[in-house]
Amino acid sequence: MKKVLMGNHAISYGATLSRVQVIAAYPITPQTQVVELLSEIVANGELEAEFIKVESEHSAMAACIGASAAGARAFTATSSQGLLLMHEVLHWASRARLPIVMANINRAISPGWTIWTDQNDSLSQRDTGWIQIYAADNQEVLDSIIIGYKVAEKVSLPLMVVLDAFVLSHTYEPVDIPDQDKVDKFLPPYNPKIKLDPEDPHAFGGLTAPNIYMEFQYNHQLAMMEAKKVINEAGKEYGEITGRYYQNLSPYKVDDAEYILITSGTVAKTTNIVVDKLRESGVKIGNLRIRTFRPFPSEEIYEILKDKKKIFVIDRNLSFGNTGIFFQEVKASLYNTDIKVPIFGFVTGLGGRDVTPELIEEIVNYGMKKEKPEEEVIWMGVKK
Amino acid sequence: MTEKKKRKIRLSIPAEEIMRPGNLACQGCGASLAMRYALKALGRNVIFDIPACCWSVIDGPFPYSSIGVPLLHMAFETAASTASGIRAAMKVLGKEDTKVVAWAGDGGTFDIGFQALSGAAERNEDIIYVCYDNEAYMNTGIQRSGATPYGAWTTTTPVKHFKKLPKKDIIEIMAAHRIPYVANVNIAYPEDFIRKFQKAASIRGTKFIHVFSPCPPGWKMKPDDTIKVAKLAVQTRAFPLIEIENGVKYTLNVKVNKPKPIFEYLKLQGRFKHLTEEEVKRIQEDVDSYWEYLMKKVEFSKEYAG
Amino acid sequence: MFKPGKKIEFKSAKEIPLTPTSLGDMTHNYTGSWRNLRPEIDYDRCIDCMICWKFCPEPAIYIENDRPKIDYYFCKGCGICVEECPVKCIAFEEEGK
Ligand SMILES: Cc1ncc(C[n+]2csc(CCOP(=O)(O)OP(=O)(O)O)c2C)c(N)n1
Ligand code: SF4
Ligand code: SF4
Ligand code: SF4
Ligand SMILES: [Mg+2]
Repeated sequence: MKKVLMGNHAISYGATLSRVQVIAAYPITPQTQVVELLSEIVANGELEAEFIKVESEHSAMAACIGASAAGARAFTATSSQGLLLMHEVLHWASRARLPIVMANINRAISPGWTIWTDQNDSLSQRDTGWIQIYAADNQEVLDSIIIGYKVAEKVSLPLMVVLDAFVLSHTYEPVDIPDQDKVDKFLPPYNPKIKLDPEDPHAFGGLTAPNIYMEFQYNHQLAMMEAKKVINEAGKEYGEITGRYYQNLSPYKVDDAEYILITSGTVAKTTNIVVDKLRESGVKIGNLRIRTFRPFPSEEIYEILKDKKKIFVIDRNLSFGNTGIFFQEVKASLYNTDIKVPIFGFVTGLGGRDVTPELIEEIVNYGMKKEKPEEEVIWMGVKK
Repeated sequence: MTEKKKRKIRLSIPAEEIMRPGNLACQGCGASLAMRYALKALGRNVIFDIPACCWSVIDGPFPYSSIGVPLLHMAFETAASTASGIRAAMKVLGKEDTKVVAWAGDGGTFDIGFQALSGAAERNEDIIYVCYDNEAYMNTGIQRSGATPYGAWTTTTPVKHFKKLPKKDIIEIMAAHRIPYVANVNIAYPEDFIRKFQKAASIRGTKFIHVFSPCPPGWKMKPDDTIKVAKLAVQTRAFPLIEIENGVKYTLNVKVNKPKPIFEYLKLQGRFKHLTEEEVKRIQEDVDSYWEYLMKKVEFSKEYAG
Repeated sequence: MFKPGKKIEFKSAKEIPLTPTSLGDMTHNYTGSWRNLRPEIDYDRCIDCMICWKFCPEPAIYIENDRPKIDYYFCKGCGICVEECPVKCIAFEEEGK
């Protein structure tokens, strides 16, 4: 069934189709519609779930952890300050190996108060041990929630679906809502590997000494690495049912390209338009959208970049004192390879400033002109 | 006495031991005895969550646990929110008769976990929230908390600057949430303790139980005095044993007609050693006036709540 | 007596559970070694009131044939039982005397 949906409602439908059993969430702009629609769906009895209207995001995640550890499929959604408040328990969820799925709507961080998009909130959670998927349209948002549970439950790790504030969260797009029985076949009921059960009592998360703590981290890392494969497999299986295939990377006209733009989120959509335009004027350029940020698909990125001339990374985020974060990650993952081409790191679009086709074109022009990057951070569209 | 002679013992609390020895509690730990009683009262169809506190250690390191029932260790401020999640899961999974218990220290309750607790109480989550109160952050080495009483030494309220602020009245704070059941218990009164836990288990909604829980190293007292000190807390009226139903019906559970002077209670604990006569007098006055206030509430609630 | 438990050890990351999970209790940990003083019940004077059993935090006192028994593997020697016994029939003497 096709419906015209805002990104936030795509999240709610994704969660509903995934038959989540416990939802714990706290409102924050621009996420509120996710919670509102879910409340309605649960109240109407269209979803057999408990909705805990907690008093904070910290409690939302803690409640998800409790629910998931007790054997229920748990869901939450948040944004920015809310995600930051969750930080401690995000770590807890992943180390407890609980397959919670959440949506995070990328909103910049205050002060000054802002509600518009950039990626610093979710990228600040880079090392929490969660899988992170960055979506580029509302269809992908809905699909990624469903695929997310499949992946999370397979590798026993929590997973975050990330989308841009307003550009997706509040923008209406036609979205195909898959049939429930198709989804049910793809995503069977949750069969927990960890369970608080009076019939088989165990304690989880107790004191762990240095002689064994590291082995748990090692296994966590193995699970993350496994997730690279699992995401692609699940994305393929989902494609066979719905016709929509999702992978760690979403490349656009990269095969014969000499120049590659690296993007994420909705910036990728705008970039595709620019790629088409530049190709008309004979520039051999392509766009590599990174969907999966954690685990970072280094090998797949290498395969695409290995014979290119120049790489332009667009970051809608910044690690103060260093560079854009995708830029760091791409550079780091190529360092020990034979790729020695210049990689340019552009920072733009912070706090919701538009990333227009013109601006992306400017980025390309800059990169094409220079032999190599002269600055670590190339600011675009800033009034210096 | 001959072996043949028939003995008949009567136990005033359940015989079954769910908690196991070998745990890591200090000698004479009140929190450890509290858990033993709570498990006796609640039986095995329970799920616990425990935030950071002494009990995160007492239970034993991976891969062990001493409480014999399912337990989720959790972050410091999440006892009530985690329990809410577990409760919700049990509901959707059709296991509503499993009791969910949040088991936190005074720091995790009065201070850092208070927001989550207040939220859970406002939602009237069907959980039993237990605060074992040893009146300081013991796990991190005896720092003051919102539950540290007036006059006490801790490592952050040293003798020269002992705590000059009163303890939060947590029972009243929780009663003000109008939850169905608020009670306090004391490890020296095991029968009352167990009755109240069982009563809590029979009620739907949020139950809050405040446990008086002496800590020999933290209170600088002899471990063999644990029960004596706990008893004195009641007999001096420092810790009146009450229960409050629906936020309005106050019942005094242990009458104290001839209270002992508060000094009897204070003098067994090194944490109060520095107090002058003047200070002790002041504490006595506080105890007396609080008792009077509480008895008025009990009286009033007889008329008001029946 | 409380059944003494086993120590559980792991040789590699392959053997451990997903997340730190308990697989047994702490009864391999003989906390009796913490004891300096040893409580000893004088059964001739004991009136079987079970107050010692009631107040032992560990628990390290169990009931056998309707009599209290101290499990010395686990008794930490806190002295609560000694202090609380109404007929003062539990001696508390230096370990190994
Ligand atoms: C967010 C956070 N802050 C601080 C700590 C350190 N910490 C662990 S336990 C504890 C004190 C616990 O005190 P209480 O709740 O009274 O329990 P007790 O140790 O006295 O049993 C503190 C401060 C922590 N684990 N997490
Ligand atoms: S420090 Fe106090 S509360 Fe903590 S284990 Fe020791 S006696 Fe018990
Ligand atoms: S000394 Fe303490 S630990 Fe030992 S039996 Fe007596 S009460 Fe229990
Ligand atoms: S408390 Fe004393 S009298 Fe009572 S059972 Fe124990 S040893 Fe016997
Ligand atoms: Mg404490």
